[in-house]
Amino acid sequence: MRDSLFGLVLGRLASSLITLLLVSLVIFAITSLLPGDTAQQVLGQFATPEQVEALRAQLGLNQPPLLRYWQWLSGFATGDLGRSASNGVDVIQLVNDRLPNSLLLTAITTVISVPVALIMGIAAAMRRGGILDRTLNLITLSMVAVPEFLVATLAVLIFAVQLGWLPALSYVSTVDSLGAFMKVYAMPVLTLCSVLIAQMARMTRAALIDQLDSAYVEMARLKGVPPMRRVLRHALPNAVGPIANAVALSLSYLLGGVIIVETIFNYPGIASLMVDAVSNRDLALVQACAMIFCGAYLLLVMLADLCAILSNPRLRNR
Amino acid sequence: MNDTKTMPASKGNRRPYVSPRSRLPIAVPKQRNRSGLQLTRWIGLGLFSFWLLVAMFGPLLAPYPMGAFVSDQIYGGASTAHLLGTDYMGRDMLSRMLTGARYTVGLALVAALLSSLVGAGFGMLTVLLPRWLEESVRRIFDTLISIPSKMMALVMVSAFGTSIPLLILAAVLSYAPGSFRIAHSLAKNLSTLEYVQVAHTRGEGRLYIAAVEIFPNMIQPVLTDMGMRFVFIVLLLSGMSFLGLGVQPPAADLGSLVRENIGGLSQGALAVIAPALAIGSLTVGANLLIDSLSNSRDSQKE
Repeated sequence: MRDSLFGLVLGRLASSLITLLLVSLVIFAITSLLPGDTAQQVLGQFATPEQVEALRAQLGLNQPPLLRYWQWLSGFATGDLGRSASNGVDVIQLVNDRLPNSLLLTAITTVISVPVALIMGIAAAMRRGGILDRTLNLITLSMVAVPEFLVATLAVLIFAVQLGWLPALSYVSTVDSLGAFMKVYAMPVLTLCSVLIAQMARMTRAALIDQLDSAYVEMARLKGVPPMRRVLRHALPNAVGPIANAVALSLSYLLGGVIIVETIFNYPGIASLMVDAVSNRDLALVQACAMIFCGAYLLLVMLADLCAILSNPRLRNR
Repeated sequence: MNDTKTMPASKGNRRPYVSPRSRLPIAVPKQRNRSGLQLTRWIGLGLFSFWLLVAMFGPLLAPYPMGAFVSDQIYGGASTAHLLGTDYMGRDMLSRMLTGARYTVGLALVAALLSSLVGAGFGMLTVLLPRWLEESVRRIFDTLISIPSKMMALVMVSAFGTSIPLLILAAVLSYAPGSFRIAHSLAKNLSTLEYVQVAHTRGEGRLYIAAVEIFPNMIQPVLTDMGMRFVFIVLLLSGMSFLGLGVQPPAADLGSLVRENIGGLSQGALAVIAPALAIGSLTVGANLLIDSLSNSRDSQKE
């Protein structure tokens, strides 16, 4: 049966790749439906039609769409993502400058939120129906629906304006000590965490409760296993897969969250780069950023599915 | 019934049915204090109907025209003349929010309705189509669901520029696929039931079966799903407006109002906090209401 497990994993990888390919096709199609736009934009509205035509030829915009799609796609393999229309810098360089900042921000958020969310979710599941569970349920249910900019503005209002503890804007360049580091990252991370933790805690709780409702936990209860042991020794090991699945799926929320958070705090990451690119209609840069985000999203969803596949005892123990 | 939670992992090569955010309100405790449930329902119902009424009648009640410069003071605090203060150009915040709420609620309602119509419509009809056609429609929706909603909106705005129809289209493209998945799996389960088979054998047409035999049995979950889509679409559209890529001046939804007045944040201006709180209370209210409604339906079933 090892083969079938291997096959499942392989199949999942292949299906992710196909989806990524289709996603790239959609992104390319949307951004290339208006031919000549790029050339027109580079030259400005006072360019003569001949100039525009010449630049279009130079940029290869006269070629058939499928060929251009292929060239664009193979650009990802060679690192040639084209040139930013607004400042003429290579897209790959802009991305390289900004991507590490975003990864750092999301990494810090992940490291903080995962343990907190797991503890909250497990505690709520163990005290199901109790005061703690109901309170957490109300809080998390509200938090998942709160827009990031509300959390961010309230955080700025409290910590920067009223208390004066933190600067309202993030500046990565000023980080030279641990204290400065924490001051810069405190509010963006807090904002991202608040929604993420709520989401992850709810899904963790649901995954664990699924297990607690199953027959073997009922059996353990009838056998007289104490509640703590029932949860930690019986249910939790079986819930690891579903919980890992929930964590990976929740993390994909970060991809949407960073867009707002980086903008509001002026954080120099890839999401604020993309928002600027959209405002400037810098299509090459938008395409590259969109592919990075969609790729990261697909990766997380695939990880979530793999966790579910690998932790399924029906597949593992045969 | 095969819902998102109990889907066997052997089907893991397919993506989960809905985006993580939309899965949340489904996860419900079985035993829940009735009074607690009632309380969240009333809070949710109160907030949600408040915003519906504001969207319907708000602009009529606005004390000043939306674009009128009525005060010399910018970022003014609450006063009897301006209950919610004034904005960065000295306009009355209350009037602007009463009008902005109509955009926020109205756009999201239209987009949620369209998403559900498209998603549930295709979800139901594909069950009755030949297998290859069903699979290709599914593939298309699977691709669309793999593009996070904000990405879809950003990419579309970068290519075509922002406009209200485009924002609605972006929301529908992002949220119809989730609707499709739920409706499709519901319809698939229903279509194997005996009474549907009987209708087939009776020689009923496909449309008749879809409309008369299948659809009435999936209205409730589809409506709950539409409520959740409404919350996500409010968040998406106000997020886009907050980025300056959504509703454009002179029109303004609640997200644009937050953006315009963000400069007043360092003074703690009411003009930035009020619209942000407004969006939060709308989405939280709607989410609480939907959660309590889907809970009570579950407990009725048991």
